[in-house]
Amino acid sequence: MNAIPRTRFMALAAALAVSLAAGAASAQTVKVAVPTFLTGGGAPTYGVPAKNGVELVVRAINEGTLPAPYDSVGMAGRKVDLVVYDESGGGTKQVTELRNKVQKEGVDVVAGYISSGSCAAIARVAEELQVLTLLSICGTPRIFEELVKEPKYLFRIINHSTGGNVGAAHYVVRKLRGNVKDGYIGINQNYAWGQDAWRDFNLAMQTLSPEFKPARKQQFPKLFSGQYGTEISVLLRAKEKLVHSSFWGGDLEAFIAQGTARGLFERKTFVWPVGEITAHRLGKKFPNGQLARGPYGLYAEGIDTPLNKWFRSEFRKAYKQSPSSPAYHYADSILAAKYAYDTAMKANGGKFPSTDQVIKALEHATFDILAAKVKMSLGKGHQAVTSDRWGYAEWDDAKGEIVVRDVVEFKAECVNPPEGVNAAEWVKGGMKGAKCD
Amino acid sequence: MDPELLLIILVDGLVYGSYLFMVAVGLTVICGVQKLLNVTHGALYAFGAYLAATLLILYFRLDWPQFGAFAVMLLSALFLGVVFGLIIERGLLRHLYHEDEHIIVLATFAAFLVLEDVLLLIWGTDPYLAPEPLGLLGATEIAGLPFDNYSLSMVLLSAVVAAVLWYGLNRTQFGKLLLAVIYDRELAQAMGINVNRIFLLTFMLGSFLGALGGAYQAPAISVQPGIGVEVIVLAFAVVVIGGMGSIPGALIGSVIVGVARAFAVHQEPALELFVIYMIMAAVLIVRPQGLFAPAKPRTI
Repeated sequence: MNAIPRTRFMALAAALAVSLAAGAASAQTVKVAVPTFLTGGGAPTYGVPAKNGVELVVRAINEGTLPAPYDSVGMAGRKVDLVVYDESGGGTKQVTELRNKVQKEGVDVVAGYISSGSCAAIARVAEELQVLTLLSICGTPRIFEELVKEPKYLFRIINHSTGGNVGAAHYVVRKLRGNVKDGYIGINQNYAWGQDAWRDFNLAMQTLSPEFKPARKQQFPKLFSGQYGTEISVLLRAKEKLVHSSFWGGDLEAFIAQGTARGLFERKTFVWPVGEITAHRLGKKFPNGQLARGPYGLYAEGIDTPLNKWFRSEFRKAYKQSPSSPAYHYADSILAAKYAYDTAMKANGGKFPSTDQVIKALEHATFDILAAKVKMSLGKGHQAVTSDRWGYAEWDDAKGEIVVRDVVEFKAECVNPPEGVNAAEWVKGGMKGAKCD
Repeated sequence: MDPELLLIILVDGLVYGSYLFMVAVGLTVICGVQKLLNVTHGALYAFGAYLAATLLILYFRLDWPQFGAFAVMLLSALFLGVVFGLIIERGLLRHLYHEDEHIIVLATFAAFLVLEDVLLLIWGTDPYLAPEPLGLLGATEIAGLPFDNYSLSMVLLSAVVAAVLWYGLNRTQFGKLLLAVIYDRELAQAMGINVNRIFLLTFMLGSFLGALGGAYQAPAISVQPGIGVEVIVLAFAVVVIGGMGSIPGALIGSVIVGVARAFAVHQEPALELFVIYMIMAAVLIVRPQGLFAPAKPRTI
């Protein structure tokens, strides 16, 4: 048998090594962990639609079938390896889960979280673990105002709660003055989101139209209490016609069932900052009222961008229903990650970027999400702002679904504080610097 | 205080109290006879709500008499009481009666967690809504406010359940056997009472009452994962206030908690939860065995 010449052998070995290395590189992925409620009260209305939204978008990213500007395969050329896990169990459990995902499973990006409690619990830990973390929903403005004032790894791709509730006050003052002449009252769940939502709405109302007074006492029933007979009696007795309620999920559905049986919604006008998700589920049974949180879910119906049209059509095909806002929020977080990875790769001369380069690409960036444009303009470039849409919800017999009418879009700069200003202080101080024209 | 407001507080309190009573009474029946704190009771409530909601959704798709919905709720609770009562008592508790009571509580807690997962396996995470029965009975105006008659009917149902249980316990032969077992299990057995059978029937009855509480609540709530946990905590508070094993105690405890909570919600909403646990703490300090705990026999 003829021996292979030494130089030829070396060339073959080198070629084999290069091809193996290339194979290994192409097999590498961007591992994205997605915490969302898969069990418990938050699962049906928030967690599961959110998971569906993420899975749909990640599938399209891996196949390269998303519309432009996200039509390339993968994130910075690498396919996405998705790890969805349960957000239930409270803050301590979420901290443990996050550590496991980063330290044991080696995830590159965390994109998700619904509860403000979860976000508050993991915010500092994400910085300590040095993992790129994109918060999807949790509304509390305290993340970048109190907990992580010098963020590096932590981002949020949605307005914090102040935007939605300031938008609500603008809408009431502009469109519902007749309903609020006897003042307004609140019923909100007794935890961070409910308390913050009422505070922001009330302060914004006092800034915009101090002649409209809040009721002397507000209702803050326990989260997931499910029984609202007594609270409904209080609301029915109140002279105020306008009610602010940031209820969501099963609590909102139970409240609507019990309130409908007692004619509550014929006597009062409700402002629901996150009612959109329940309107999806209840359809005709949802009482007419306002509902909102920016250009997502029902509010994204008429937005004619290729990304939004693709998402609505593919979501309906995959899940036989239209996407509600959690599906949008979670999908938007994945788009933000793709934007950051792709942009960082371009800046890195086409090579796969480091985490620091990805972070640099996302800080202070402006980019497209499904139905809006996001500006990372607060929290030192880590907190997004978007426009906020409000309108009147009602059942449309012809269409066989809930539609929103009299929609008003408030610019991001109208409903969010300027950079470096605490949200509560901004609202208390008369919302100085707001650009609403 | 405005008498109209007082009346409204009383009605609100009775409605809320009846919701608590329907859950607490099953818990206290089991506690009184079998001397065990049954944490699976919360799961029975949840199963009752899920099964009733599912069957109600199906029922209202048929063109059958609407008031048949009440029979659907009753039968679903009966079915669950018998099946789960049998499975849990025969399959789990019977093997643990000789163990320390803490072991039994932990075992029922473990069973509760298993049943919560079984719920998820059967019904998934989607909430179920079956509000049609809420509108069947119309509404009544009390002190100028509309109250739905369905909620008011729960007060009536609670009164009927309490009366039937009281009669069954004090005026029937089965009740006398139960009382004998409650006072002294060993002596009752020595006198020829089939204690195992009494335990099984009691557990089935308690399970039925828990499931009935869930089934009757189903039209008024969004039936979803986690409802069993919420209710069991309040039911424990009622049982502690009224006295473990006391049916009048469960009734009075529910009314006290319901009215106190309604008063707080109307007058000082921030104290809504505080008042419930403040009453519980006060009772534990002054009368640790609860307001109406059954008298204990003197042992020699």
